[in-house]
Amino acid sequence: MNRTEPVTRRTHRRHEPGLDVVEPGPLATIQDLGRPGLAEIGVGTSGAADRGSLRLANRLVGNDEGAAAVEVTLGGLVVRAREALTVAVTGAPCPITVNGRGAAPNTVLRLPAGAQLCLGRPDRGLRSYLAVRGGIAVEPVLGSRSTDVLAGLGPDPLTSGTLLPVGPAPAEFPTVETAPVAPPGAGEISLAVVTGPRDDWFTEQALATLLGEPYEVTPDSNRIGMRLSGPVPARRTDTELPSEGMVAGSVQVPPSGRPTLFLADHPSTGGYPVIAVVVSSDVDAAAQARPGQRIRFHRTDPDRPRSARRRRLPH
Amino acid sequence: MRLLRCADSGLLVELDELAGVLALYNALADRPPPGVTDLVPAARTLLLRLDPQQADITEVERAVRSAPTGQGTLADRGQVTVPVRYDGADLAEVARLTGLSERAVVQAHTATEWTVAFGGFAPGFGYLTGGDGTLHVPRRSESRTRVPAGSVGLAGEFSGIYPQASPGGWQLIGHTDLRIWQVDRDPPALLRPGVRVRFEEVDP
Repeated sequence: MNRTEPVTRRTHRRHEPGLDVVEPGPLATIQDLGRPGLAEIGVGTSGAADRGSLRLANRLVGNDEGAAAVEVTLGGLVVRAREALTVAVTGAPCPITVNGRGAAPNTVLRLPAGAQLCLGRPDRGLRSYLAVRGGIAVEPVLGSRSTDVLAGLGPDPLTSGTLLPVGPAPAEFPTVETAPVAPPGAGEISLAVVTGPRDDWFTEQALATLLGEPYEVTPDSNRIGMRLSGPVPARRTDTELPSEGMVAGSVQVPPSGRPTLFLADHPSTGGYPVIAVVVSSDVDAAAQARPGQRIRFHRTDPDRPRSARRRRLPH
Repeated sequence: MRLLRCADSGLLVELDELAGVLALYNALADRPPPGVTDLVPAARTLLLRLDPQQADITEVERAVRSAPTGQGTLADRGQVTVPVRYDGADLAEVARLTGLSERAVVQAHTATEWTVAFGGFAPGFGYLTGGDGTLHVPRRSESRTRVPAGSVGLAGEFSGIYPQASPGGWQLIGHTDLRIWQVDRDPPALLRPGVRVRFEEVDP
């Protein structure tokens, strides 16, 4: 498939600057803020599953917030810098080493030429973000460098030997060395939801169940969404729902009764009712929930002033 | 018109019929309200995806309610002829469901022009409307785990072509070699909303 070309073709250009992937870990993909605006041709938004962490990593290295970076799932990534590079790692806090020496997450890291950067397995959270000053400069597909695992768009997941080309450094310089950020939750994760748009397809008891009982993230989870196990929210009707558009954070209840919480690569439309939607500021936290971890939904007022819980850098 | 919120990330507008969806889509597409990042039309709904940092959802709701109720058809975006071999695995079933002969199903599918109403399901998939009303059939009771690329199907009031191999539940009546989706082509999707489609039978 030609979508693999932008990355693999470049692996043969030995003199191109960038990062060589030594080990990709369980799953590492390139992500930016995705492909909004293409719904009319059936293309979903995709992009970083934890958008706040991607933005933070980019701001730390002085990039535009939406520059392409590496989304690393459960650590395991090893890369080697071809030249001196400035990087930052955010999201799930994984043990970081540069040439074997420990380094901190959420800080500006300088890699000398030839340095090896290792991301170990995080003890909490699921997805870490490695931003490089200049951004990962693979060829964009439909305006984005993101890998959409559902649609099969964008570069292939990283493999050993992939060269990650790095773009020209932006005019802006890193302004702080470190950003104070609360790590993703290690125990039960609490997510705020607004009920609907199809809560009226469910019984009153179903909503009480969804909001009262914890759900466990099953291993049947990926960038598309998380299948949850827990009590089944009972439907009021067996009518078939004509497919309709969905947003990230939607909690959809398929006929099996096991709710699916949709993430970045969710299908743009779905044919089962969505009982509730996780508020945008908590979708990033949802994307950090690991299989086996429990989540609990709590209702929030839809008219609450919009949340501004963006992670900002101190001035 | 019913307005249903998807937390702070979307506003799902429910309408009585497809023409109403397309009318609202037409009214909003050129100048969407501030903070709207995407419009996702479907059979009975129009979803407005929102950037929660930019959108004031009550303002968006006001804009939707006051949108002019214009034409329920889309601007013409040209015609595509799709050559089809009518050898689909569900052709006999569609004949049974419609009470037509297999030949009559093919004639009905090719006799009238279809129009792409909206996309969705997969990149490059277009929901085609406006065909012969006798061809309305339900989806298969069991989805197939793999429908080959180029398969031409029917479901409800729609016809469609699978751009890539994927799972699917539509009744398959034939297939085309025309590549309706190529990511490195401009435009990548042949079947964009407003494109008129004429199916043409080719010999097996």
